[in-house]
Amino acid sequence: MLNTYQYPEFPYIQSQEQKSGKPVRHPVVVVGAGPIGLTAALDCAARGQPVVVLDDGHTVSIGSRGVCYAKRPLEIWDRLGCAEPMVDKGISWNLGKVYFKDKLAYKFNLLPEDDHKMPAMINLQQYYLEEFLVECCAKKSDLIDLRWQHKVISLKQHDDYVSLSVETPDGIFTMECEWLIACDGANSDVRNMVNGEFTGQFFQDRFLIADVVMKADFPTERWFWFDPPFHKNQSVLLHRQADDVWRIDFQLGWDADPVEEKKPENVIPRIKAMLGDDKEFELEWVSIYQFACRRIDNFRYGRVLFAGDAAHQVSPFGARGANTGVQDTDNLIWKLKLVLDGKAPARLLDTYDEERAYAADDNLLQSTRSTDFITPKSKSSRYFRDATLELAEDYDFARPLVNSGRLSSPTPYVESSLNTPDETHFEGAMTPGANCADAPIVYRGEETWFLNCLGEGFIILVFGSAPNISSLRAGGVEASVLTVGETLWDMKGILAERYDGGQEAVYLLRPDQHVAARWRSFDGEKIKAALARATCQTSSSKVQE
Amino acid sequence: MKLNVKANIPRPDDFYQQLIVMQKDLSDDEVQLANAKLILILANHIGDMDVLSEAMQVAMPK
Repeated sequence: MLNTYQYPEFPYIQSQEQKSGKPVRHPVVVVGAGPIGLTAALDCAARGQPVVVLDDGHTVSIGSRGVCYAKRPLEIWDRLGCAEPMVDKGISWNLGKVYFKDKLAYKFNLLPEDDHKMPAMINLQQYYLEEFLVECCAKKSDLIDLRWQHKVISLKQHDDYVSLSVETPDGIFTMECEWLIACDGANSDVRNMVNGEFTGQFFQDRFLIADVVMKADFPTERWFWFDPPFHKNQSVLLHRQADDVWRIDFQLGWDADPVEEKKPENVIPRIKAMLGDDKEFELEWVSIYQFACRRIDNFRYGRVLFAGDAAHQVSPFGARGANTGVQDTDNLIWKLKLVLDGKAPARLLDTYDEERAYAADDNLLQSTRSTDFITPKSKSSRYFRDATLELAEDYDFARPLVNSGRLSSPTPYVESSLNTPDETHFEGAMTPGANCADAPIVYRGEETWFLNCLGEGFIILVFGSAPNISSLRAGGVEASVLTVGETLWDMKGILAERYDGGQEAVYLLRPDQHVAARWRSFDGEKIKAALARATCQTSSSKVQE
Repeated sequence: MKLNVKANIPRPDDFYQQLIVMQKDLSDDEVQLANAKLILILANHIGDMDVLSEAMQVAMPK
């Protein structure tokens, strides 16, 4: 098995601090070099923040695991300078087909809006994604210290730092850090070490996932079957990945024996039943999984911050795992940097919990709903599921009810305490808390994309007239003015359309490319107040107003 | 309450008979499926979340 991909082996290197036996206090330590931990490290580096990453393994994800990566995480990786190889290697797709028994029940098109740099969705094996992220980290080795075969075995929180016991092939040594970011997955050891509560709903179902290599002429589409003739009473998903690798998920039910089901002699007949006897394929990787929908009770435990699956676990339907994890660190790292630099109080990190727990709850809701449709929990919900699918074959109205996974899209932080509420009416989706829409623009004479010219700090985006100043400050935090029609040209008018900037408009944009506030005219005092609010530099009573 | 709970079916006996006849020759399984479809079709026709929520409340066991 596994012949299209050569797993890299990353070298273990004994650290200077272990050799010397003298603990060093690092500003930031990330635990886990999966997609989320590596992204956290790259975001630190993008902000000039040195970071140490510890991982107990020495290679990338075994097996394809996470497959679908959505536009918003791709935009985040693009900000961090590593999206290009992902998009090049990944498979873009838009069309999804849903079958019920032997008939096509309905089709959906992701219908990506034109004029965005990143595609709506790509499929890419997780090992490639991680390999690209590790390569990106290597280019920032002045700031990112990636340590393989370093396992955190215990931790202790102090008032102003965390001490860690770390085990390597050379034994156990002590490290210290001001902040610890736990990205060590759904079975997070760090979460156990702080006694974090991780509660939610377990689903009594098992899925067999197989990576199959074949030269197939199937179109690049997502195919989902409810109760197909080749796998009665269960669901099946087929997805194309890079290198002629196809991902097949078979729902097995709760009674399935995971050890037996994983054996090639049991997997191959299932695939043959699906593809037909004449189709040649090779099995690359097989795994059995079951899942839960749950989250940690607080994303922040003192000086320990949780991100990705360590903070929330969802069903795989909808590709909401890694995609939301990347948005966790996108939200976290700029805040952490301001706190580390003494420009914002530590309670800014509580808004990380506020905003990302809100997003996690949205994801959990979506994911649980999909799961309830795919694996009905009772006889009567099964009737409703089947009724919906039968009606969907002939009637439009039933199609929106079919839920084979609602694909990941960012959750706007509409209720965030960091937002300054609107004073006047705006059209469109760029409400305070929403992530910024991309648009093709010309910046300093070059055709590029709006998101690519936002940089790493706060931005004051101005449509119309602005006083002749390049930036405003609130305490130690600066926001740079970006005026449409000066350095940035909206040649196609798409930026103005998406931001309702046809008339005068002023936006305060956060470093994670989310809208903090907006007005119909440039008022320096209001902008400074909003900037202070977005960085918790106001007294807490003011924030609650 | 937005849900109309006053009598609104012009020929109640005809309607009721049709409802029973519809299920006459169906197996238990088929009946369940047909009823589920009927609920979905009517819910879509109503298309008002408030009315549907109220109807669900009214339908709950006493």
